[in-house]
Amino acid sequence: MTAGTEGLLRGLAPQALGAVARRYGSFADAEDAVQEALLAAATAWPEEGLPDNPLAWLVRVASRRMVDQHRSDDARRRRQDLAASWSLSPSDPVPGRDDTLLLLFTCCHPSLTPASAIPLALRAVAGLTTREIAAAFLVPEATMAQRISRAKAKIKASDEPFRLPSPEERGARLRLVLHVLYLLFNEGYASNSGPDVARTDLSGEAIRLTRILYGTLPEDPELAGLLALMLLTDARRPARSGPDGELIPLADQDRGRWDAGLIAEGVALLTKALPRRQVGEYQLQAAVSAVHDQAACYADTDWADILALYGLLEKLTGNPMVRLNRAVAAAMAEGPSHGLALLDGLEERLGDHHRLHAVRAHLAELAGDIPTAIAELRRAAAGATNLRERHHLATQAARLAGGAA
Amino acid sequence: MRFLLLMSYGEVGSGCAPMTEWSPADIKAHIDFQHALNAELLERGELVDAQGLAGPEQARFVVSDGAGAPVVTDGPFPESKELVAGYRMVDVETAERAIEIAAQTSAAPGPNGVPLRQPIEVRQVLSAPDPEL
Repeated sequence: MTAGTEGLLRGLAPQALGAVARRYGSFADAEDAVQEALLAAATAWPEEGLPDNPLAWLVRVASRRMVDQHRSDDARRRRQDLAASWSLSPSDPVPGRDDTLLLLFTCCHPSLTPASAIPLALRAVAGLTTREIAAAFLVPEATMAQRISRAKAKIKASDEPFRLPSPEERGARLRLVLHVLYLLFNEGYASNSGPDVARTDLSGEAIRLTRILYGTLPEDPELAGLLALMLLTDARRPARSGPDGELIPLADQDRGRWDAGLIAEGVALLTKALPRRQVGEYQLQAAVSAVHDQAACYADTDWADILALYGLLEKLTGNPMVRLNRAVAAAMAEGPSHGLALLDGLEERLGDHHRLHAVRAHLAELAGDIPTAIAELRRAAAGATNLRERHHLATQAARLAGGAA
Repeated sequence: MRFLLLMSYGEVGSGCAPMTEWSPADIKAHIDFQHALNAELLERGELVDAQGLAGPEQARFVVSDGAGAPVVTDGPFPESKELVAGYRMVDVETAERAIEIAAQTSAAPGPNGVPLRQPIEVRQVLSAPDPEL
């Protein structure tokens, strides 16, 4: 498939799915049919040339599959039902752009965990193939196909009509969508490195979907905050790993490699969202990122600002992981002892979490307590769940041990 | 979250004889169980890989200093019970689920259908870190 066809198909996928699902009233069946139509198009279009109306082509082929499917189900009654539903729900006048929102609402169904909602959204809304999704998550295609079909079966069993939730429900559902997009971004951000360049860029997909969603709901401040957070984080990507994929912490990054365009876009989004005075966790996280991104060098970082933002974020979420970040900010703004004081009692809430040890090591090093720093780094490395992080922590421990010797 | 579930040649909880001494029907029931478990894990979208390894007689240990010829040690090994017999890799949503699958694996049927109570080593595969928050 040519890159042109691929790009076109991925843009058309949610529109075709929205149209077919609205016409037949079933998301799960329509999703299968549209997948088949996309595969057919990927073969046919490069050979036969682009149809005059590609979207209509996809909808027509997918509709034919739907009817075939129901025929092969060999139930006359069903066919009659289908014919009835067909005539009863004529094509909705809602323009295609809103379908992305409706599809994301459907995929991020409350009955699904994010781990099931993410692959489904990647297929239904981002237009990725099962093979691409399986490769991105490093599981066999058959396993991913099952995960997606189980997710669809759950949605089907919920009997939720394929339409936008009522305005009262919409807010809660949108929060769920944002959470799923946030996790998708993190998944890509965490795994994006080194030799796996051929893997689908999951952060890029998260940004693409969030952008489309933002185009539909530009007035939602948390959605704007999430998009800003993604852009402000992604801006640092080129500087975040070394030539061998090793982690480079913020303090040591070459800021000249940060993407100034993305930073400007993220800051602009945030500047528009914050005055709405409906502050939420994504806006606050984005604001922290913006402070980092706007500092000319690490020493110029406005830690007092960051400390205040983490204070608000902790109040808002009650998340003990936020306390860790706040402790680092306090150490930088007010001195290591202030940071260490904030870590007191966190064991009870976080357990033997490697991040707690990593932060304590960092603060101990700032305070000049090298033996504690080394011991805590070693504990952190032993508990790390990510290989790159473990290498980084082990290297830090070795560096300090070497310096102390 | 990915987990590697390792089965070794170690003593099983049921204390039964090695498989070569079972009845053909018991061996078949055991193998059918493993296939059914794989099919179930695939159906749930959790299976990444499942493999049995060639026997400990065929195991080799290789040690090298990177310069000279490597030292290759053939079996039989006195500690063959510690060698891995097979593994499953699963991709699950929680650590609890990995334990659940390991428990299912451990209870695979032995002679006369009695659960083997085979020890399963459950190891998390290092991968994506938790989200920043």
